[in-house]
Amino acid sequence: MGHNVTLGSTLAINSQATETSTTANSPIKIQAENLSVYYRSFRAVADVKLVINAQMITAIIGPSGCGKSTLLRTLNRMNDLVAGSHVAGEVILDGQPLYGPGIDVVDVRRRVGMVFQRPNPFPKSIFDNVAYGPRLYGLHSKHELQEAVEKSLRAAALWDEVKDKLHQSGMVLSGGQQQRLCIARALAVEPEVLLMDEPCSALDPVATLKIEELMQQLKVDYTIVIVTHNMQQAARVSDFTAMMMMRLDRAGELIEFDATPIIFTNPKDKRTEDYVTGRFG
Amino acid sequence: MTTALRSSSMRKRWRKTSSVVMLTLTGLATALAIVPLVWIIVYVFQTGLPALNADFFTHLPTPAGVPGGGIANAIAGSLITVGIGVVIAAPIGVLTALYAASHANTPLGLAIRFGTDVIAGVPSIVMGIFAYALVVLPQKHFSALSGGVVLSFIMLPIIIRTTEEMLKLVPGTLREGSLALGAPEWKTSWRVVLPAAWNGVLTGLLLAISRAAGEAAPMLFTSFGNPFMNTDITQPIATLPHTIFVYAIAPYDDWHAKAWATALVLIVLVLVLNLTARLIVAWRARKMGVAR
Repeated sequence: MGHNVTLGSTLAINSQATETSTTANSPIKIQAENLSVYYRSFRAVADVKLVINAQMITAIIGPSGCGKSTLLRTLNRMNDLVAGSHVAGEVILDGQPLYGPGIDVVDVRRRVGMVFQRPNPFPKSIFDNVAYGPRLYGLHSKHELQEAVEKSLRAAALWDEVKDKLHQSGMVLSGGQQQRLCIARALAVEPEVLLMDEPCSALDPVATLKIEELMQQLKVDYTIVIVTHNMQQAARVSDFTAMMMMRLDRAGELIEFDATPIIFTNPKDKRTEDYVTGRFG
Repeated sequence: MTTALRSSSMRKRWRKTSSVVMLTLTGLATALAIVPLVWIIVYVFQTGLPALNADFFTHLPTPAGVPGGGIANAIAGSLITVGIGVVIAAPIGVLTALYAASHANTPLGLAIRFGTDVIAGVPSIVMGIFAYALVVLPQKHFSALSGGVVLSFIMLPIIIRTTEEMLKLVPGTLREGSLALGAPEWKTSWRVVLPAAWNGVLTGLLLAISRAAGEAAPMLFTSFGNPFMNTDITQPIATLPHTIFVYAIAPYDDWHAKAWATALVLIVLVLVLNLTARLIVAWRARKMGVAR
């Protein structure tokens, strides 16, 4: 996988992240209370209590199968799509319960965008990929669409690379470019939160670095939650880290949540320490 | 040592022999499969070409004994009936496939799959009787419309099954990408999944058209046939397969020649249609940068 950084460098934590997290007093964007997720009778995530701060990057780490992605997907209700899945407890976005009555899933997904593990551009032109969201929400004037597309592509640090081939297929781009195209596509509907589900696991180190740099730029405007298998990545990019583990009954639980430097240098839970120092996982 | 060597060389010889035998058998089977295919085409060309000339495409049939004449009425009729069939079957088939593909494991999804399999197995002549009861009897006369209806019955299961298979090949991550942007299910199907599977959908449509264009039996009591040029869909109409049938069972030698020539026209027509669609597919694939 991407980065073969030695163990020692897990401690080389992004200084920017350290700075912001120690001064962290940013408002709460998302709050999960006693959140459990079930697939039929199987409990995949158990009693998670989690706070996502606005305009911060929160990383969710943990070994395979511990429910990281499931937890992430409850934050924009993508788990609704899995037949037999249901949720207990609460997820609160800006004071509003996401699973409350009368909540429009479409509205939730517009406000909470998502980037996936493998780049998934639509088999359409680069322009149409980015314009897909705005068109969905009723933007049809050519001029306004062009503006929205350029703005999103610039925000995703892709504009300079594609501005001359907007009408070529999104599929001709490299993997890293495709992933940034998907980020641009997500940004085009002007979300408040961006969920990233292992966004770099299919990318090479150079493309990974670009995405990580991009995340630092994006957090000025967006709240970012990233699931990653790559602990170095979590250490490099995030302000806060949530550590998840699978219980004996195979349900994932949140065992520790703290500012990223603390998780990686001075974790309270022995299991977190074992995981971040590479003793298992 | 020597026995081990000998046995290893014997094994090697055995491996080589069995390889040659199997290769011969598979090659033979392939040849057997191709021979009739090539034979049919060559034979139709050989026997059909002599009766073929420009008049054949532009003139109407002449009465028995009168030389010359053509099958302009049947060419037009086939295009019209198949056209009606496509207009009815394509939208229904594609939409049904969209539903079946996105609700594959629901009771209705399973029912659609089972139903299309059953319909696909119904002999076309039975479909003809059904269309006769459904359209011809109430109208009280044969018509191009009833021919189109029966062809749509024949096309429908083919379109549904191939489209559904193609839609299922579209990666789920594409659907997710659209749904995560807040797109409702139907818009996701319509704007992302269907366009991604478009080449496959077109292929299914073509298969259905090729099959329908060659149907003679159900046309006997639906479109019926017509020696004159007709473009009124409420009136009986000639079709290529039906014309082949009529000419082939007639006791005149020049009608037999015309039957072969008509068969040739039918084959070439389907071939041209296929090639055109393949070219469109290839062109689109190149434009969108996606593998077929």
